[in-house]
Amino acid sequence: MNTKPPPVDLTINCPLVAEILTRFIRCEIQRTGFQRAVVGLSGGIDSSVTTYLAVRALGAENVLAVTMPYTTSSQATRDDSRLVIEQLGLPTIDAPISGQVDAYYDQFPEASQMRRANMCARQRMTILYDQSVAFEGLVLGTSNKSELLLGYGTQFGDMASAINPIGDLYKTQLYPLGRHLGLPESILHKQPTGDLWVGQTDESELGFSYATADALLYLLVDRRWSKTELLAAGFDPSFVDRITERVRRNHYKRRLPIIAKLSHRTVDRDFRYARDWGT
Amino acid sequence: MPHTTAPARQLRVALAQLAPRLGDLSRNLGTHLEWIDRARQQDADLIVFPELSLTGYFLRDMVPDVALAATDPRIGQLVQRAGAADLALGFVELAAGQRYYNSALYASAGQLLHVHRKVYLPTYGLFDEQRYFAAGHRIQAFDAPALGRVGLLVCEDFWHLSAATILQAEEVDLLICIANSPGRGVQGPRIKTSDVYGHVARTYALLLGAVVLVVNRVGFEDGLCFWGGSLAVGPDGELLAEAAQLDESLTIACLDPAELRRQRIITPLGRDERLLLTIEELQRIKRRSYEHEAAPRRFDD
Repeated sequence: MNTKPPPVDLTINCPLVAEILTRFIRCEIQRTGFQRAVVGLSGGIDSSVTTYLAVRALGAENVLAVTMPYTTSSQATRDDSRLVIEQLGLPTIDAPISGQVDAYYDQFPEASQMRRANMCARQRMTILYDQSVAFEGLVLGTSNKSELLLGYGTQFGDMASAINPIGDLYKTQLYPLGRHLGLPESILHKQPTGDLWVGQTDESELGFSYATADALLYLLVDRRWSKTELLAAGFDPSFVDRITERVRRNHYKRRLPIIAKLSHRTVDRDFRYARDWGT
Repeated sequence: MPHTTAPARQLRVALAQLAPRLGDLSRNLGTHLEWIDRARQQDADLIVFPELSLTGYFLRDMVPDVALAATDPRIGQLVQRAGAADLALGFVELAAGQRYYNSALYASAGQLLHVHRKVYLPTYGLFDEQRYFAAGHRIQAFDAPALGRVGLLVCEDFWHLSAATILQAEEVDLLICIANSPGRGVQGPRIKTSDVYGHVARTYALLLGAVVLVVNRVGFEDGLCFWGGSLAVGPDGELLAEAAQLDESLTIACLDPAELRRQRIITPLGRDERLLLTIEELQRIKRRSYEHEAAPRRFDD
């Protein structure tokens, strides 16, 4: 792709960010009367960073790592999850999802790769929410800001959680944070992948690198650059259009379902309370 | 603070940097009582709580449910508990006509001395205060027997130069800003919002030749991180005390009344202000904007 973005400084103060996010997890969990958290651990950077932060906030014994491999999940993924669990000494549950997913698709053998990938994400969500009851903990989100803005996630699947500590960090910002938190090197160096099918990588599926997308998203969203300014800075026009359109088209995933308004006071429209109401 | 040449007793100000419980008035009243007791044990002459300290910040539709009249006996109880210490705190004020203000009050010796209703209600970015609160219409200083002439601002008011200008004309000795500032910007050594507050506080202290207090809360509400870092700045712009960031803390700042006298001899900016010039220029600028708006204009080609 012929994009030559301007140098964009996405540096974060890792100790400060880790401190804020640790306190965030502790505060938002404990104010609801809980002490514990549940994380779906894939062995990727997002869920690993979330897990390390949760351990800082709550202690290892209070963080349940759930691994939920599908038949096609790579060995590297499984090994990296194992590494995190061992390094942190976490309680863990291994709940492979192949049985339930395959049983369902036996009825619909023609189902596309995308349908199956979304189904996997939603099956994992149901397992996490089920285990959260057994473990008496809240489900932590692992969607980063790049994914949330690009809509690169499954609605009610991996995008579902009670609280999300990393949703305001771009993908490229998670690597220095992961390094600061002491994540295993193998996780810091591998290609980002949803591990949705054999050989899948995020960047090949998206068609652009996170570094380029994050630079554009940062200028567009955080710094409010106009399209004219982005083009003048060297971004490829079709790339700018593509990203902008992705952000718009996927906005529905970031919102609650639209409710038809009939009364004077409608949930999520003019019935407005903080989530942390009364706590 | 009397501008005395005689050695005056230092004044002890308690910066009560707490994390209120969102919308839980009775619990927060109890917390205030505890913190007032703790501050008195440390011989505080003035105890300052953050903005909306009795209610928490992100109230939205809860605003009418947690509103109190400034003379409500529950506030009176706090003032009584403060005893000889002066007290400043933040609350949702229920006023005539079912208006709700984001207000700060200042009480001394069992009396309500002043209520400042937040003038500048931020309604941009993450803020939506104008949806819920009425805006105040006054920025006025008042006299507190032990502390001198005091100006009280609430958070966003502090970001408006005009508010500081008015309080300079009021010749305040002490400018108190109570805040609920959520942290934004994590690139540098400290949360960026906290740095900016520090710059503004030191600048105002120098320009007004006054002591400036900023009391900010801590804790989280819906993912917003209130960073604390409450501070006291002397009239020479030097930091007198700073509370830790992110943690609850009762920090004592010692103010030396003699420093006000010295600074106003060294840099008498207030004396040299030309208030009439400012008023005339502002009137001219206002007239010009009316004329500009009234003038016929061509459409762009």
